[in-house]
Amino acid sequence: MEWLTRIMMPPQGSAFAGEVDTVYMALFWLSVVLFLGIVIPAFWFAWRYRYKPGRVTPHVTHNTTLEIIWSVAPLLLCVGIFFWGLKGWMEYSVAPGEAMEIQITARKWNWAFEYPDGSRDAGRLHVPINKPVKFIMTSEDVIHDFFVPDMRVKHDIIPGRYTEVWFTPNVPGEHHITCAEYCGKGHSDMQATLIVESDADFQNYLATGGTEWEAYKDNMPAWGKIQWERKGCNSCHTLDGNKSKGPSWKGIWGKMEKMNNGTFVLVDEAYIKESENMPQAKIVDGFQPIMPTFQGLIKPHEFEGIVALIKSLQ
Amino acid sequence: MDYQVLTMGAKTGSLPRPRKNYLNESHGFMSWAGTLDHKRIGIMYLVGVMTAFLMGGTFALLVRLTLLTPTHMLFGKVLMTAETYNRVFTLHGAIMVFLFIIPAVPASLGNFVLPLMLGAKDVAFPRLNLASFYLWVTGALMAILAMVLGAVDTGWTFYTPYSTTTDGPVTLMTSAVFVLGFSSIFTGLNFIATVHKLRAPGMGWFDLPLFIWGIYSTALIQVLATPVLGITLVLLMLERGFGIGIFDPRIGGDPVLFQHFFWFYSHPAVYIMILPGMAIISELIPTFSHKTIFGYRAIAYSSVSLALVSFIVWGHHMFVAGQSQLATVVFSALTFLVAIPSGVKVFNWLCTMYEGNISLETPMCYAISFLILFTIGGLTGIFLGTLSTDVHLTDTYFVVAHFHFVMMGGTVTAFLGGLHYWWPKMTGRMYSEKWGRTACVLYTVGFNMTFLTQFFLGSKGMPRRYYNYLDQFQPLHAFSTMGSWVLGLSLFMTLAYLLASLRKPMDAPDNPWGGTTLEWQCSSPPIMHNFEDQPVVARDPYDYRPVKVR
Amino acid sequence: MSTTSVDLPSHGGHGDAGHIDDPHHQHHFTTMEQQFDTAKLGMWLFLATEILLFGGLFVGFGMMQGRYPREFVEAHEHLVRWQGALNTVVLLFSSFTMVMAVQSAKNNKKDKTVFFLFLTIICACIFLVVKYFEYSHKFEEGWLPGKFYSAKGDSIPGSHGYATFFAFYFMMTGLHGIHILAGIGLLSWILMRAKRGEFSNAYYTPVDLVGLYWHIVDLIWIYLFPLYYLIQ
Repeated sequence: MEWLTRIMMPPQGSAFAGEVDTVYMALFWLSVVLFLGIVIPAFWFAWRYRYKPGRVTPHVTHNTTLEIIWSVAPLLLCVGIFFWGLKGWMEYSVAPGEAMEIQITARKWNWAFEYPDGSRDAGRLHVPINKPVKFIMTSEDVIHDFFVPDMRVKHDIIPGRYTEVWFTPNVPGEHHITCAEYCGKGHSDMQATLIVESDADFQNYLATGGTEWEAYKDNMPAWGKIQWERKGCNSCHTLDGNKSKGPSWKGIWGKMEKMNNGTFVLVDEAYIKESENMPQAKIVDGFQPIMPTFQGLIKPHEFEGIVALIKSLQ
Repeated sequence: MDYQVLTMGAKTGSLPRPRKNYLNESHGFMSWAGTLDHKRIGIMYLVGVMTAFLMGGTFALLVRLTLLTPTHMLFGKVLMTAETYNRVFTLHGAIMVFLFIIPAVPASLGNFVLPLMLGAKDVAFPRLNLASFYLWVTGALMAILAMVLGAVDTGWTFYTPYSTTTDGPVTLMTSAVFVLGFSSIFTGLNFIATVHKLRAPGMGWFDLPLFIWGIYSTALIQVLATPVLGITLVLLMLERGFGIGIFDPRIGGDPVLFQHFFWFYSHPAVYIMILPGMAIISELIPTFSHKTIFGYRAIAYSSVSLALVSFIVWGHHMFVAGQSQLATVVFSALTFLVAIPSGVKVFNWLCTMYEGNISLETPMCYAISFLILFTIGGLTGIFLGTLSTDVHLTDTYFVVAHFHFVMMGGTVTAFLGGLHYWWPKMTGRMYSEKWGRTACVLYTVGFNMTFLTQFFLGSKGMPRRYYNYLDQFQPLHAFSTMGSWVLGLSLFMTLAYLLASLRKPMDAPDNPWGGTTLEWQCSSPPIMHNFEDQPVVARDPYDYRPVKVR
Repeated sequence: MSTTSVDLPSHGGHGDAGHIDDPHHQHHFTTMEQQFDTAKLGMWLFLATEILLFGGLFVGFGMMQGRYPREFVEAHEHLVRWQGALNTVVLLFSSFTMVMAVQSAKNNKKDKTVFFLFLTIICACIFLVVKYFEYSHKFEEGWLPGKFYSAKGDSIPGSHGYATFFAFYFMMTGLHGIHILAGIGLLSWILMRAKRGEFSNAYYTPVDLVGLYWHIVDLIWIYLFPLYYLIQ
């Protein structure tokens, strides 16, 4: 029945995911059996006892034994299912003491991550494989939800509070993270990527931000485009000139852009840096002051890529 | 001694058809606008809620159309932006919940049938009944005004702090819901008093048709739960306007507290939605099986116990919302408890059909469709009540599918069955059986196409309220959208042939189905005062044993 | 199928009860007693909804008090106990006069009915006047709800607890005050009807029902007063 699980569920990214799938599939088969047990008799009776004029039906008002059986048996079944679900949930609720803590700050409409060594990133969440990791989460604005389908975990992220969720990933590679609590215009754009890698690669990432960028040394605009997707810039800025929640990046380099207070500002590297760190300092005319800050979330070579990308979009 | 078996089409008694009935008794706008007759009020509600259903349904079709492709294109143009989409799904939910489902069965069919079934001339407080209707109209107009003024994008659940900080006519929309809440409260209050005080002589509690038990249980919830929604909405409005600091964390409030307040009403509310539906099925199955209902007392008790238990499970909407772990565990346990009375009903209905004499007219087709769809809805509730699976499934399309199966597959299906069942009584005409059965089959197929698919979308990780989605979900979304066309077609068909039936002469029999409850003892349509003489109850309801005939 | 039609009498039969002469008789009831009992049941059901409406606010208050215990105690010091106590006594007395009004109506004592209803209205007005003084003092001092709170000198400056306390204070006493106002309206209405001699021991339902309503309004104040004025 593995194939059925694979059809209905996302790939399993952890041992816990496998346990949840077991419960899910058991409930699935139970539901199929109970469904057929109700619908097949209904159809059978409708045919077998179809209307014949003049036929008298038996006056059967109740059957106490039968009624007790079909009240108690489902109740016992429900009790059993409840405890089975409770068992899995208790595992989900309590992180092991040795779990590494990563802080997640959710805001409209992207994800910021902070690692134990203080390094920060946006849009890409790196974790070492086969080690438990716990996320301490808060929101800067409205309620969001951290959902990792492959791990079968989610939890709401609430402003003014910290909430937690944890897992132990055992499948390397990329997994999807997505917001699961409606948060407005960009709710369905609020995606991130979970990267499960070896401990060595993880440590390397923490130290240097990784070496991936070196492959793009000769094609910084392409690297910049990757940052545009990963950091979540794409949820508000287009590259093709179309107006979105923020100004398009096409054709802005070197332009004198009009601000909402009537002044004109040159779009150069300093302006882009200021927009990254203090987005409310200057607002382009015709747009709302909704950009969150990316201070500390974009590494120097990533920033270089973004600048190169913008320069290339004439 | 001769015995006569009650057969279909038999007219009980030998009353000649009266020339005047409640429809033609008086004419003119004011005779309807100022009526105190529960039957006319029921008809006005029927027109109102069906209009609301049409509006809400159109928004649903638009939502599905937008999700047909990940680019939201139709004939080369983007159908709607994300901001519009968020408003459209909010309106779909709010209209369907507050303007349609909650009032539909009690206020339209219930208003019409309840006094007839009790052998009463009207409900306890006819003026309050008319007032309830006008409150519904007012709430509807306020909601429409809110739509015209830009609509809200909060989701029908109005979670804070999004709803306290977003722009748009949130206060107007919540005021509309507040007004609609009072309409619901007064209807419930009226029905409770009517059932207690206006039963025909000889009709004890256990002589009541099960439709009454269902409507009565619903009324208990309407009266006890709705005020809490009222105060929650007032607090929401004051938070927006005055910054009182209860729900918005920036000013010291607790967003999860809003969810507790909201679901304290909204969970019982879903039982306001399903109990009347189940109440209708309890009428349809014995009538069309020509056999007494199996387990009358169990069904009656299960209705009341569902109403009561519905008040203590609200936290199952909040398993990952940040409520305490103890609360989560307790709410999950209690949620399993609430499954049992529903299951009991389904088993009782099946046993009623066993060894029956079953005729498959349209109302019975809808009853069988209900058994299919509600069973799926109920079983999938188990996945959501189970803690470990709920963590994965909550806030995904799995939940969307589940609630559509119970609310639409359950309540709307039963509503359609009841509408066809009582159509001859209300209008004096029969609809076309051929079209009726065809539409019912198409409805069931279209419904499954639309919503069964969504369970898989959900389990694969597709979150709800999403405008954009990953390409991998497109085939399932497309199939669901196509299902919505089949579903929509079936409903438009139903509207068409029902309206067409109104052009025929009023020649429906008093008792076309051979029913045993009191509403079939008066003419189709009934006279203004329902019964010529006060009916006196001498038999059990649903007694299909042959009657001695002189 | 027979389709002979028959002219029906213009109102349906009243069954065995025969025609009832009381002008207040509503035709869907068979006896006046049934009508009266039903009206009373309806009023009790309505009062249940009032309890739940206020109940939500009481729960909200409780949750917020748990969040800001010190601020709530400090803020409540600004409420004047003797004014609250006076209002409590006034309302209790008004419930007594209401009971007397109902009794008088039931015993065909028209003048006494009018007198006691009048006293009840006076009490309600006294309540509102005291409230007026309480509220205006709060407006002067800046003890206002939510974002309008502007008082100085709190021991935990910057905390939202004070603003929230006053938000609940105004919401709950305000909602209660609206119910008092509605009560004054209802009492005035039945006062006028009583003056016209409409009530007797055969029909005093409106007096009884307004009485029930008035008692609930009083009862809600009985819970509000200690909650706001007496918490330690």
